[in-house]
Amino acid sequence: MEATQITAAPVEQKRRSRLARFLSRLAREQPLGTVGGIIVLLLLFCGIFADVLAPYGMNEIHLIDRYAPPSWQYLLGADQLGRDILSRIIYGARISVIIGLSATSINLMVALLIGATSGFFGGKIDMVVQRFVDAWMAFPGLLILITVMSLVGQGPLQIILVLGVAGGISGSRIARSAVIRIKENMYVQAAQAIGVGTGRTILRHVLPNIMAPMIVIFTVTIGDVIIAEASLTFLGLGLPPDVASWGGMLSWEGRRYMERVPALALWPGLCLFTVVWGTNMFGDALRDLLDPSLRGGVGRYETHKHKEKYS
Amino acid sequence: MRTYVIRRLLLVVPTLFLVTILVFLIVRSIPGDVIDVLMSEMAELGGSVDRERIKQMLGLDLPVHVQYGRWIGGVLQGDLGVSLRGSVPITPKILARLPVTFELGLLGIIIGLSISLPIGIYSAIRQNTVGDYAGRGVAVTFISVPTFWTATMVMIYPALWWGWSPSVRLIRFAQDPLGNLAMFLVPAAILGMVLSGTTMRMTRTMALEVLRQDYVRTAWSKGLGEKVVVMRHVLKNALIPVVTIVGFQLPILIGGSVILEQIFVLPGIGTLLLDAIQKRDYPIVSGINLVIATAVVLINLVIDLSYAFLDPRVRYR
Repeated sequence: MEATQITAAPVEQKRRSRLARFLSRLAREQPLGTVGGIIVLLLLFCGIFADVLAPYGMNEIHLIDRYAPPSWQYLLGADQLGRDILSRIIYGARISVIIGLSATSINLMVALLIGATSGFFGGKIDMVVQRFVDAWMAFPGLLILITVMSLVGQGPLQIILVLGVAGGISGSRIARSAVIRIKENMYVQAAQAIGVGTGRTILRHVLPNIMAPMIVIFTVTIGDVIIAEASLTFLGLGLPPDVASWGGMLSWEGRRYMERVPALALWPGLCLFTVVWGTNMFGDALRDLLDPSLRGGVGRYETHKHKEKYS
Repeated sequence: MRTYVIRRLLLVVPTLFLVTILVFLIVRSIPGDVIDVLMSEMAELGGSVDRERIKQMLGLDLPVHVQYGRWIGGVLQGDLGVSLRGSVPITPKILARLPVTFELGLLGIIIGLSISLPIGIYSAIRQNTVGDYAGRGVAVTFISVPTFWTATMVMIYPALWWGWSPSVRLIRFAQDPLGNLAMFLVPAAILGMVLSGTTMRMTRTMALEVLRQDYVRTAWSKGLGEKVVVMRHVLKNALIPVVTIVGFQLPILIGGSVILEQIFVLPGIGTLLLDAIQKRDYPIVSGINLVIATAVVLINLVIDLSYAFLDPRVRYR
């Protein structure tokens, strides 16, 4: 009993220092990635504390202050119904966080489920599943999203499910190739040789080892999902118009008001761009730090440099 | 080479078959309440308000396999069925819209490549310099900017500052080639911008890989100038994989063109699709999906085959 306690403490400490080490490496080696990470954190912060941060409610209407210019009362001005633009943008961050995180989680689960089965079993199963994925990927992303959203209708739950499942099927390719790479490793064969069941092998030996690429893909996918949601809502097929989503604020219906108050179009788009830029940069930095093998040809030349970095 | 071509061709058959199944399932999966909405809408327009008739037009009145057989029989003869509104044949409708989307896409690719290739190559030969960082910054910016926002900005600010706004009426190329190009220039430039982000990054990676090859070192040690090494040895070899990137980007291209057509009011496939979705004209929706997915499969086939033709290493994999 005493012995386990003694060993547990250093492990805990080591774990904490690993995170600290990772963060200091991020800050030192990936300045742009750090900026991206800060943007992602800011987005999360705004999303979680939207109620506290926003000076007004999401749909709080002040008809007297329609088209109000930026002032201390309305920092970014007010829209055609006298709603505070800043407040709506902060609530828009919440929408992006909710849709981004939940759709990306479903996306990754679907991708892992299809990719891991297809890659691990190989053979006929792989052949059949991959032909389905081929056919699915022949439909351009936005096209299939538009079509499916028109069938299931507008709404947050619908869009999360559609973005998650549709994206997950396409994303399964990367999970599959990661699993195939791991499958060839000695420890997977060793596990199977001592009679570990298939499910346990996948869960305990394969999945933990593809976590690094999956974390990277998760980060980048969040950006893609946020843009996809905004595009669908912009086209009038995503979220209902009263929801303060960044895509919805830019939507077609608001066009004539934007010509009067360009700020209506400027701010939501700028936020969308910043957030997607942030997730892309953060994802790139994570890839370089966690999984250099994904970098492609560049890494090969610079191996001596990387050895220095990782020692 | 021949076995590769045959294998690649055989792989297309099941994919295309599954594409038709997926498109077929789209129409099959229309929920019952959508038919109710359709009925009430058609009643408002004074059309026939017969539930059975709508089901028949959608092909929902027969057993699944009979329906599929009947539908695919028509498709193979180039008949995509008739639209729900006005019972107009769909095939000519889609064909009439194709040239606009095609022109937008082609101009987008040309603009995209002419931005991305020089910057990508420059980034690689001047790796880790200010120019490289600037080039990569531009690439990530282009990837992160939402198409519809750029297009909206282009519609709003020039109108505000200079009173400029793009033409709303389609100018045909045959009538006024210059006017037509001028009309397509702005949306095509935005599309090219979106495409160039990824292409720039890929070109840079490819060029970096080629720069480290033995034959490039040989070229340097022969005493060839930078211009010759880059143009003749690096560019040529880095370009081959870039061909496939254009294939990978077809989905982005088509998605972007749907949005751009809508914003710039161009009568292409994208506006037809959004229009059909708004009117719940599902035969048109599935027709467009089928045409585009088939085109994507076939274009990727052509790209793969030309790639194998250009790069002998592919055939032996």
